Amino acid sequence: MREFKILGIVVFFTLVTYWGVEPFAHSQMHKHVEGHEFVYDGTADIEETVDAKKEMKKAYWADVAKIATLKGDATSGEAVYAMCMGCHMEGAVNMGGVTPPSLEHTGALYDKNYLIALIKDPAVAMNTDHKFADTMMHPMGSIKTMVTEPQQIADVVAYLLTKKAGEVTPKEAYAEACGRCHEMRYAKWTQLGKTPFFKEKKDELAHQIKVLDEQAAVKGYMGKLPPDLSMIIRARSEHFLETFVENPQSQLAGTSMPRVGLSKEGYEKVTAYLTMIGDPSKPAREAIGPWVILFFVVFAVLAYLWKKETWREVH
Amino acid sequence: MKKNEHDRRNLMGLALGGFTALGGLGALYAVKRTWDPLPSVKAAGFTTIDLSGAEENVLNIEKWRGKPIFVLKKSKDMKPDDRDVIVGSDRFHISIGLCTHLGCIPAYISDEKKFKCACHGGEFDSSGHQTFGPPPSPLEIPPFKVNGTTLVLGEEGSEFLKMKAAGIIA
Amino acid sequence: MAKFEKAKSVHEWLDQRLAINTLQRVLSTEYWIPKDINFLWAMGLVLAVTFGLLLISGIFLLMYYKPDVATAFDSVNYTIMTEVGYGWLWRHIHGVAASVVFLIIYIHMFTGIYYGSYKKGREMIWISGMLLFVTFSAEAFSGYMLPWGQMSYWAGMVITNLFSGGSLEAYGLVEWIRGDYVPGDAFLTRFFMLHVFLLPLVIIGLIVFHFGTLRIPHVNNQEGEEIDFDEAAKLYKEGKKKESKVIPFNPVFLSKDVFVLGIYFVLFFYLVFFHFEFAMDPVNFDTADGLKTPPHIYPEWYFLWSYEILRPFSKDIGLIAFGIAQVALFFLPFIDRSPNVAPAHKRGLFKIWFWVFIVDMIILTILGKLPPQGIFNDLGLVAAIVFLLLGPALVVVTLKEKKL
Repeated sequence: MREFKILGIVVFFTLVTYWGVEPFAHSQMHKHVEGHEFVYDGTADIEETVDAKKEMKKAYWADVAKIATLKGDATSGEAVYAMCMGCHMEGAVNMGGVTPPSLEHTGALYDKNYLIALIKDPAVAMNTDHKFADTMMHPMGSIKTMVTEPQQIADVVAYLLTKKAGEVTPKEAYAEACGRCHEMRYAKWTQLGKTPFFKEKKDELAHQIKVLDEQAAVKGYMGKLPPDLSMIIRARSEHFLETFVENPQSQLAGTSMPRVGLSKEGYEKVTAYLTMIGDPSKPAREAIGPWVILFFVVFAVLAYLWKKETWREVH
Repeated sequence: MKKNEHDRRNLMGLALGGFTALGGLGALYAVKRTWDPLPSVKAAGFTTIDLSGAEENVLNIEKWRGKPIFVLKKSKDMKPDDRDVIVGSDRFHISIGLCTHLGCIPAYISDEKKFKCACHGGEFDSSGHQTFGPPPSPLEIPPFKVNGTTLVLGEEGSEFLKMKAAGIIA
Repeated sequence: MAKFEKAKSVHEWLDQRLAINTLQRVLSTEYWIPKDINFLWAMGLVLAVTFGLLLISGIFLLMYYKPDVATAFDSVNYTIMTEVGYGWLWRHIHGVAASVVFLIIYIHMFTGIYYGSYKKGREMIWISGMLLFVTFSAEAFSGYMLPWGQMSYWAGMVITNLFSGGSLEAYGLVEWIRGDYVPGDAFLTRFFMLHVFLLPLVIIGLIVFHFGTLRIPHVNNQEGEEIDFDEAAKLYKEGKKKESKVIPFNPVFLSKDVFVLGIYFVLFFYLVFFHFEFAMDPVNFDTADGLKTPPHIYPEWYFLWSYEILRPFSKDIGLIAFGIAQVALFFLPFIDRSPNVAPAHKRGLFKIWFWVFIVDMIILTILGKLPPQGIFNDLGLVAAIVFLLLGPALVVVTLKEKKL
């Protein structure tokens, strides 16, 4: 019995130390940000805005909510969508710092409210309006004058949600939502997409120069080159990634990273890809772990029986 | 009674030892996997060679799995051979460019249309057959697959399998 | 030439040449351990086995690791973690074991302090153990540099800067240690050498030395009782095993050790597979960047108490306090003036001293990771002063202690 008491003391002090250096320390180091389940209604934006823009944002998000109640017509939406294809096309090139994304899986990746907000005013929807004060224009800013009627917005969003909502792979999700700004060298991915294999050094270098040019453009637009996301899944906590993607300003005030407006499903696809590349051993760990632990449970039981037999004659 | 106890103790010790050895086997498997060639090494084990620009009687040396590969487009006056790889209307000699004697790289002498190894004087004709000196066997043919005018090394294509079936490749 | 009889078996043949029978007797079946012990006495074997795990997993990591600032990070995080078959397993074992080994070292040390196992003939056991602790610390630090992530880089920066000696401003020394103005390629390769060659060699030597120091004074027991080992061993060999106060290392002591080891492994592999963040800090999965310090930097948990002794004071005083803390424990056998070898609960005031010591170490550890601001700063100062006062306090407490 004495041994159990000693064990209790050892375990107690170990757990106190663990609690102090892990959960407690991290709770003190990082500010707590509440997640909002990938619902985009502007609550956080309005809260964190302190200047004159507060009223503007209130009205803006109220409008978004109103448009969301309109019944959109996908067929008329298709006509509006034709306007989008001027920039969002196959083989699009950098425009104003960033390459326009493919809209192929928009409906499967992004939230409805966010899409409405984005068409109304891209900078405000992305919560990066602080960057585009007066002199600089958002690369997609022209949409504000191209699609103006609430019904038009509802129609094109209805079109995107029904016709552009096909099955999307984790890799496509990453490519469309993150991959135009974020390199991922462990997946041989650059801002220009998957790096092909070059047999000739000359071709390889020519491609590298194109990548550097693209990165310079992205850097010019973002202020700094967005980080490589190869290991991000292990470098940040789950909670941080989730709240950061929902609203980058909540974790890094003033960042030029835009809110991308992923829906819950879209976010899961993206993190699935980040895990595939940054933490590929996860499935193996989960498959093998229980067996190794079971092995040592049996080992301990056998060792206990051996010990009991061995000590029988000395006690 | 005393003996029984002793036996039981030994039995428990043996059971524990045996069980531990079982776990050791599992660990050895992980160790074996750790020593395996990496996926990137294996993926690099396939090399594509474009044959469309090849010139007759000019030896082209490519690299595949760290080894030199001889690619020689045969001219009309060279003797056709079962070992030739036929691409379109052209015949090629394809082989691993290591002398079958002790692994040096033979040089191609285009005037004489033969390979000559500097190490011990072994010679091969333009089809890779040993013609002089110590080499015990013809130059080895790597697994290949003909793909239009390109050749994929490392993959066993139908032509390669045919040669294998005919006993040309060991 | 010595005279050799023709051997009748392989065993005998080996015995003639290597005296394996004697070796087995001396090292195992007639190496006597007191019977009155508890599971804390198994920590030695647990440590040895954990060191073995570090060695084995380290060998496989070494096969693919590249000590070069341009490739180190990717060789660990890409090659080892994604390409090498079970590379992730070796890395997780290595990372978790490096952290857990310190937990066991601390338990082992506090056990020694609690039962007075560093006194009256056992001083060299304590001193060789402290040498092992210091070498393990250097081994852990040098290993922490190798993945070349943000924590590696900035820990390397901060710790090497300590050698500037505060107001002495010995930056020449710091640059000499680094081989560069900042931690760079030369720094990484020399710490790589230390981590995979010189320090492991020293550790192995010290482990053998540590075992050797146990030989003459023997292992302590739960009551600090003085045992006549020869007499007790004689009793045991005569078959009076129940009456004897000792047991042989093999198989009796070992069977208990192995059982404790089994329990330990269950916990250890749970951590390896499912709960490794505490030992593999997420921040270190960001590539080293000499132009950007992470918002929070802190050492691994086992260095936090000494880091916290450094923090609350001004530069020079902090460094002196830190220096004292590093060496103070070496002198424990000589600071303790009491004649008694007994567990703390029998030693009056020493018992209180012991628990204050433990609690203060844990408080320092926890504070060491918290941001240095507000109340944490004040608490840190108090805890650090308490730590420094514990030395003189021990002299007073033990001088007053009555002989049992």
